[in-house]
Amino acid sequence: MSRLQVEVWRGRADGRYQRFEVPREESQTVLDVVTYIQRHLDPTLAYRFACRVGMCGSCAMTVNGVARWTCRTHVARVARDDRLQIGPLANLPVIRDLATDMREFFDKWARAQGHFVPTATRRDEPARIAPESRSRAAANAAIECIGCGVCYASCDVVAWNPDYLGPAALNRAWTLVNDVRDAARVERLRAVSGDAGCHSCHTHLSCTERCPKQLSPTASIAGLKRVTALAFLKGEL
Amino acid sequence: MSPRGEAGLWIAQRASAAVLALCVLVHIVVMIYAVRGGLSAAEILGRTRGNAGWAVFYSLFVLAVAVHAPIGLRAIAIEWLGWRGRSLGIFVHLFAALLLMMGLRAVWAVCA
Repeated sequence: MSRLQVEVWRGRADGRYQRFEVPREESQTVLDVVTYIQRHLDPTLAYRFACRVGMCGSCAMTVNGVARWTCRTHVARVARDDRLQIGPLANLPVIRDLATDMREFFDKWARAQGHFVPTATRRDEPARIAPESRSRAAANAAIECIGCGVCYASCDVVAWNPDYLGPAALNRAWTLVNDVRDAARVERLRAVSGDAGCHSCHTHLSCTERCPKQLSPTASIAGLKRVTALAFLKGEL
Repeated sequence: MSPRGEAGLWIAQRASAAVLALCVLVHIVVMIYAVRGGLSAAEILGRTRGNAGWAVFYSLFVLAVAVHAPIGLRAIAIEWLGWRGRSLGIFVHLFAALLLMMGLRAVWAVCA
């Protein structure tokens, strides 16, 4: 049974890669590798996971330079010559080893007005929305985001412009722009048109390529560009 | 910049890009045609001097460039130099003025 040569990031931003040797197993995932290291080789290794079945997004890390869910990444798929390099998600401050500080990621979500503002109360009739309607279909196509941060870690513009709201926040804003029940449309359009909003996207499509839920933040951002352009021409912005 | 400002810049970038796409295509086709059998300044000027059509076409081209390039440069300055604020706005406007001036001067020189 061959062994894996694994480089794992240790420390904070000014840390270094540490070498470990891990036995290869059949159907082994990268999360299995990290878990093995922490349990058998170095208990001080810090990392995050939860469901370990590809539902929660907690285990997102950088594997051989690419942001992925480690529980859904088979070692056989990514290890070249029995080598692996595992690091924390990019574009986020490192707390320690493989754990990053996600606060800015979620703060930008709030800054993009990525929250629903109601127009009705519990005393009103439930809203009737046809699922095939254009706006609901657009919202549904983008709604499954679980905030894992893979898109944010993969985005070139986030790396170049620290103020950029990022694909996840803008994607969420798009779902709400398409929610006919929402009351904060104009505020949200203003929020995503700011200094480092949807217009900063260069359509590199890294987010769309890497999203583990096959969402397309690029398409959502393109939608926001169209809607804000229309709002500008109508004098609504 | 304000939301209105950012959205306005984006529209201006797209609109000027549409104009440029057309202008560049015409320009390249004309150049390929004009270069056949050799090229001389006299030949070019013979076509453009006193020609209102070329004057209008190339003035539009210059205008589109003066809108498109500075907005693009602004994005690059923000991303690669971390430049922000009023001074960036001033630089961008100056650059646009420079392009406009140089371009229209060239159009005048060739078409007047």
